Parts: sequence; C-alpha cells; structure tokens
Amino acid sequence: MIRTEGLTKRFRSVSAVSGLDLDVRAHDIYGFLGANGSGKTTTVRMLLGLVLATSGSIEVLGHQMPKAASTVLPRVGALVEGPAFYGHLSGQANLAIFDASGPAGSRRTRSARIHEMLDTVGLSEIGRRPVKAYSLGMRQRLGLAAALVRAPELLILDEPTNGLDPQGIHEIRQLLLELNRLGTTIFLSSHLLAEVEQLCTRVGVIDRGRLVVQDSLANLQAPTGRTMLSTPEVATAMAILNGRVVSSDGPRLIVQGADPAELNALLVGHGVRVDELGPERRSLEQVVLELTAARSDHTERP
Amino acid sequence: MIGVELSKLFRRPRTWLTLVLLDALPTVVAILLATTHLGPRPGQGPAFLSAVLTNGSLFAVAALAIVLPLFLPIAVAVVAGETVAGEAQSGTLRYLLIRPIGRTKLLVAKLISVFSFVMAAVVLVAGTGFVVGRLLLGHQPLSAAVSSVSGSQLTPAQIAFRTLLAVGYVGVSMLGVAAMALFLSTLTDSAQSATLGALAFLIGSSLLLTLDAATSLQPYLPTRYWLSFVDLFRDPMLLRNVERGIGLQAVYVAILLGAAWANFVTKDIKS
Repeated sequence: MIRTEGLTKRFRSVSAVSGLDLDVRAHDIYGFLGANGSGKTTTVRMLLGLVLATSGSIEVLGHQMPKAASTVLPRVGALVEGPAFYGHLSGQANLAIFDASGPAGSRRTRSARIHEMLDTVGLSEIGRRPVKAYSLGMRQRLGLAAALVRAPELLILDEPTNGLDPQGIHEIRQLLLELNRLGTTIFLSSHLLAEVEQLCTRVGVIDRGRLVVQDSLANLQAPTGRTMLSTPEVATAMAILNGRVVSSDGPRLIVQGADPAELNALLVGHGVRVDELGPERRSLEQVVLELTAARSDHTERP
Repeated sequence: MIGVELSKLFRRPRTWLTLVLLDALPTVVAILLATTHLGPRPGQGPAFLSAVLTNGSLFAVAALAIVLPLFLPIAVAVVAGETVAGEAQSGTLRYLLIRPIGRTKLLVAKLISVFSFVMAAVVLVAGTGFVVGRLLLGHQPLSAAVSSVSGSQLTPAQIAFRTLLAVGYVGVSMLGVAAMALFLSTLTDSAQSATLGALAFLIGSSLLLTLDAATSLQPYLPTRYWLSFVDLFRDPMLLRNVERGIGLQAVYVAILLGAAWANFVTKDIKS
C-alpha cells in the first residue's frame, strides 16, 4: 500500500529524512513511531505530496506520488498534524466544504455520508455548532470524520488521539480496529508507544530521519530466550540458580534459559516458593529505547 | 471548486463587513453634502463631487472616485492576501491539497474568487452611490441631460453606459493589487504580511507618482492610470490612458500570477 525507496528530504542543509525504505502492506495497521522532530510528520507530508522529496521514490496504492496524486489521494483519508477547519462554520458545513472541494465526493450522497460519519465519531449532536466552539477532542473527532467521509482504502493518521480523553481514545481505537477489520489499511504515525502497542500489527521506528527497525509487532516482542521470575525468597533462589541470574530488581529476577517449566521444577524441588514465572518478552518501549540508544552511541560525533 | 471558493468567501462575515464599510464612506460623504450643500469647487476634491449637487445620478461615479485611492485597494488587498496564506494559517490548506485539489486549480479558484469580490465591491459601491445620490442629492429627473467633463451634454443613456464602463475599469485597476497580494499570499503563511506587503507596493507606487524625479518610472506604476476612468466622461471619450491602464494591469497580473504559480506549485507545504 505504501512503499518508499531511499526517501530523503533535506531542508537547506538540514536532513529531515534520509534513505527511508517504508513497506506498508495491505490490511496492516502500521505504527510509525518516532520522537518529536524525528521526521515523522515530514514523511507523512511527503506521502501525501505536501512536501516534495529531495530524492527517492514513493509509491502509494501502487502509484507514484506525488505524480499520481489526483488518482491516489481520493482513495486516501488523512489527518496531518492535527485537524484544521473554518472556525466560523459548523462541523457539518466544514465536512461539506471539504467534500465538495475535490473529486470522488458525490453530491447526492454527501449529506447522508456526513451525518453517518458525525454519528460514528460521536459528534451528531454538536455537528451544527460552529467549530470555533469545539474542544480539542471534538476537533480531533471531526478531523477523523473528515478523513473517513469517503470510505478510504488507506488511512494516514498523524497523532489521531491527540487531545482525546481516555474514553475518547478507547472509542477511536475500537473504530480503527473495526475499519481495519472491514479492510482499511491504516498508517498510524505516533510518538505514543502504548498506542502503537495496543493497536498496530507492524511497526516502523524512525530516529533522526532514519528507519531503525521495521518488523511485525509480534517479532519485536518475541521471547528473548530468558525467563522472568518473581519470588519472595530472592536470596535462596539466587543461591540455587548460581550464575544463571542475569539481573535482579527486588523480587524479580531475569534468568538465563527459555524453559520456565524446568526452572519451576528446580526451584520448587529446593522448596523455594514462586509467585510468577514466564518467558521474558521485551516491551515495545525497551525495543525502541535500545535501538535508538544504540544509534546515538554510533552516530553522535564528538 | 470555484463554487466552493465563492461560497467560502461570501459566507464569511468579514467579507460582508468589508463591503458594508466600503459603502459607508461614500454614504457619509453623500449625507454631509446633502445637509451642508458645501460641494468642493470644480476641479478640487474627488472627481465629480462638485457635479453631484446638481445631479445625484453622478454620485455612482463619485462614490467610485471616493473609495478608489485607498479604501477599495485596502479591501482588495485584505481579501487577496487572505486567499492562500489564510488557509495556510488555519491549517486548512493542507487538507484542501490532499483532498486533492491541484495546486494550479486552487490558485485559479482563488483568483476567480478574488476577482468576483473586486467586481462585487465595485458594483456595490456604484450601486449604493447611485441610490444614495438619487435619494439625497440633486433631485433632477432621471431623464435630464448631464454635463460631461468636457462641458457638452450627455444623455442619461450615455451616462449609464459610461458608468458601467467606469465600474469595469475600476475593477480592472484593482487587479494589479489583487495579483500582488495573491503572490505574497503564496510566499508567506501570514495573511496579514501578504496584505501589508501589497499595501506597501500600492503606497510606494502612489508616492512615486507625486515625485518629479520619478517621471521616467511613472508610466509603469500600477496606480498611474487609476483615475483615468474620468476620461470616460469626456466628450468624446478619451480612451488612450484607459487602454494603457488596462494594458499595464494585464502585464502586472501576468507577471505576478506567473510568479505566484511558479512559487506555489513547487512549495513545500509545512503549515
């Protein structure tokens, strides 16, 4: 659905994105992770033809961007760096204006589609009020409605839950999962690890303009070959496991060996009680921190 | 797209406020003239103002002459400066472009909406001038002949026709400012900067027109032929400066729109 090769953008001498090779497949919920200023938004803008790449190629829905923007973009819904509207007009009027501005927005079905979308994002009751009276969360919902109004095949969302309360975040997450289940591919750019972890199937991590990893979430969180153990009798356990303990943190021990059952038998055999036992999995946070930290060791010049 | 741009422009309360303010000045002048009967002496003050006390129909043209030097170009610069920079400022520009609307198409739609505003403003000022003039000033019958600037008599039909020409000419005269504001509007993300830049261009031009040392530049200044619409009320019509004025505006419009287009289609939209 999205494929970039050697995508590079320099603003004068500053390199914002360099050599990016993205691969987003159909039906993915792709999490594009990166810290603030890592080049996420510049990348999103290049995918949508707003910012023109210095070099490299972009393919969206099988066509070259930005050359084929007029055929690609009608099939894409997007939220770029926060929603934007005409404040003096109502939410409904705003959606109608954007829908009428471009292709693929049938006038006949417009008001029905808009009502349905406002309903879906939970704005049906306030769709008539001017947008300047909306809260940040309501604007965010309206922005999402605007992206969805023409049932796009690909959704490109930049920080979609920004400004939403926990309830709103949950609703939007359910909505995105439902859309994905119905066949929409979702490209989600975010700096929120938890959001990506809960929603995405594939993850790309960008750090200072370079893609440091791109893999399925399951692979990134694969067992590490070590076992996580929690016991009230730390000292005894450490004595028994003599040398196999990699690290300890209070009652928690990380032990070499990927077989929790073997470890359990060993400890219980020695009369050590075990609270918790299981293969160690790294959280996405650990993966990302390790990858970006490794890079800062290698790339930072004195 | 063009329909959408027009509806955006005319659904904005500010557009109507601008038009009302634009009509307020000539109306105030008409009220003052009607209550005091102190018209400027012929040859002084804004064009036609001395004649309107005898024939109110001429106040349509007089109203144009009143707003032409400053009020009208300011209104045009505000609206044209808003076009692209205003959308950039509010963030809606990126959503329009990914809708998608081709950049050239967006620029053309903006240009047409600005031109529509200019024409609406000019027609409204002339119309208000006519109504206010008929109501408050010189109660001559509509059929009465009017003295031309050259002194001979013009029939009401001739006056009506020439007033229409003047409306068109004043509209065209504003296009240079509009194109300048539109160009600046593609350069900056601040609507105010674009408007003020276009006004600086205008004031610079007006200033150089008063300077003898700038004589060689004067035929090329955008405001040089603005007041030439007065020539339309000579007998016979003196078209030389009007033609030059139209030609000059066309050149400014072509150059500035070319620059606006070249800048906008290759610009990184970071707003």
